[in-house]
Amino acid sequence: MYVLSAIVSLTLLGLTLGFLLGIAARYLKVESSPIVDELESLLPGSQCGQCGFPGCRPAAEALAEGKAAATICPPGGSALAEQIAALLGLDLDLSEVKEPELLVARVSEATCTGCTRCFKVCPTDAIVGAPKQIHAVVADACIGCKKCVDVCPTECLQMHPIEVTLRNWRWTKPVLPEARSAVC
Amino acid sequence: MLSFFSNPRIRGGIHAEEHKAATATQAIVNNFPLPEKLYIPLQQHVGKPAEPLIKVGEKVLKGQLLAYSQGMISAPVHAPSSGVILDVNDYPAPHPSALPIRMIVLETDGNDEWIERHTVADPFQLTPEDISLRVGAAGIVGLGGATFPTAVKLNMGRENHIDTLIINGAECEPYLSCDDRLMQERAGQIIDGVRLMLHGMETENAVVAIEDNKPGAYLAMQAAALPYPRIKVIQIPTRYPMGWDRQLIRYVTGKEVPVGCRSSEIGVTIHNVGTAHAVHKAIRLGQPLVSRVITVSGGAVAHPMNVEVPLGTLISELFKFCKVDSNQTARIIMGGPMMGDSLPHTGLPTVKATSGILALTQNELKNTDEQPCIRCASCVSVCPAGLRPLDMANNIRINQLDVAVDLGLKDCISCGCCSYICPSNIPLVQYFKYASGEVAARQQAQHKSEQTKRLIDARNARMERIARQQREEEQARLAAKAERERQKAEQEALA
Repeated sequence: MYVLSAIVSLTLLGLTLGFLLGIAARYLKVESSPIVDELESLLPGSQCGQCGFPGCRPAAEALAEGKAAATICPPGGSALAEQIAALLGLDLDLSEVKEPELLVARVSEATCTGCTRCFKVCPTDAIVGAPKQIHAVVADACIGCKKCVDVCPTECLQMHPIEVTLRNWRWTKPVLPEARSAVC
Repeated sequence: MLSFFSNPRIRGGIHAEEHKAATATQAIVNNFPLPEKLYIPLQQHVGKPAEPLIKVGEKVLKGQLLAYSQGMISAPVHAPSSGVILDVNDYPAPHPSALPIRMIVLETDGNDEWIERHTVADPFQLTPEDISLRVGAAGIVGLGGATFPTAVKLNMGRENHIDTLIINGAECEPYLSCDDRLMQERAGQIIDGVRLMLHGMETENAVVAIEDNKPGAYLAMQAAALPYPRIKVIQIPTRYPMGWDRQLIRYVTGKEVPVGCRSSEIGVTIHNVGTAHAVHKAIRLGQPLVSRVITVSGGAVAHPMNVEVPLGTLISELFKFCKVDSNQTARIIMGGPMMGDSLPHTGLPTVKATSGILALTQNELKNTDEQPCIRCASCVSVCPAGLRPLDMANNIRINQLDVAVDLGLKDCISCGCCSYICPSNIPLVQYFKYASGEVAARQQAQHKSEQTKRLIDARNARMERIARQQREEEQARLAAKAERERQKAEQEALA
């Protein structure tokens, strides 16, 4: 008898909870596909907005729906475009993709007033300094988002191309000779 | 019959015009006038740059330690002559880009005065560890061009219980003959260096492999090695790139070094003949590596020769001594014509890796008039690494670097055989060098984006923590205020 009541009560409990879970799944559903999460993890996550979307998450959603091309992210360059194309199974023509020009912020010591506005907005903590002390940019951590340039009151923060050293010097790609007209 | 079915011992390769006769028949020139200034880069080896321990204005003697090695894989730098330190600063590097690297500038005093040298009566009484220590302290690196610190390689050999030491006397690059002359003139010293290396690695057997276009060197080395049955001198066919370590190992031992492995993992280590000579000088005479023999050759050189120069000598000084016609010089190359680097000007120093400096005329350069690929597959048949250069180049052209990596881009050794043989003059090696750099850059970019995510997360966590702390402080302040007011009200009520 005890056994029977245990079976009945547990079955009822299971059915009730299952029903509640079913209702919750229907009414409290979060609209998110796993592919969007995967795409978002590929994107830089600096929310720079250069793609025309308000951030990396909306850009990932547009990619997942097929509304944006794999080459959407300018800071990511062709490396990111290749990863996105591989994930979504797209054909990709990279010959038109421009590699992003890498820029880093640099503080001009002559005009920096030590106002601390720039390092408050830096998303990667790449600017170091203290009130009324000249600030400096850690170039390796700078992602070139230009947020500091916008808030600097004296325009002492400017974007500069990354300095070429023996460490990051690379061979250039051979240039194809112009297609010659067939002379026979 | 079995050998008919087994893998060929030499894969791919080319036979280019040698151009060695101009320098291989003359003795090494020893009377190079001491330059007034020497430019000594702090990094002349694979690994971390050396750290200077001298001050500007200090007087140094020849062979004195200028910069010490830091880290596991590094090598020290010594003064190539006596004089005064003028500067420690950035100067153009001997590299195709001529970008600046840190160098020590030494103004020589003309005395060439040696520091006190410590020699040992019988180096074979030393422990093997002591041999590597002395080799490391002498700043010796692989002089064939790879510039890997020799002491590290000796230690690796000892740890991996190497059974064969191969001494690379192939010198397969055209024009170069510095190793050839060294073997002809200083065979006894090289063999002594080989014996010291064997002792340092606790290895039994050594094989000296010399290409069969150097009969003089072969005879001299064989005579010098005669008293030592552990050292075998053999002739190998003349075929570029015979001096590539894996090709040489395959030919000499019949073993193939697996992809991604070091040669020491199959029980073989390779050292260059120049390195063996430097080891002899370091242990027997106590001399660190401060000079080397360099081949100066090419069509624009009036007196081509092999000359022993102090490290840090500017190429312009070498060219003045060898009477190079600058009007005829179409290209300056450091190293051999196949794998060497083209340099933009002559104001660059010679380093430990410099085996030759070539001044080539326009006639000696390859026609670079590129034409479409005709899919003749000549590049496939000459590739010593067994790759398909034409497919790799086509994929790199349309930026499909991942496909090129799948086809074996990372196994390309940039030997230049494919570019040399291509009837359409396609710059295949340049494609592969570009692609290798680009792949490395993408890996760095990937690494940076991971690092960026970490930094952003850390910042967000910190901001949240600060906001929470502020909230808690605010609440504590409000609570304290309420408490104060309550006490005040109680006191008023009592009064």
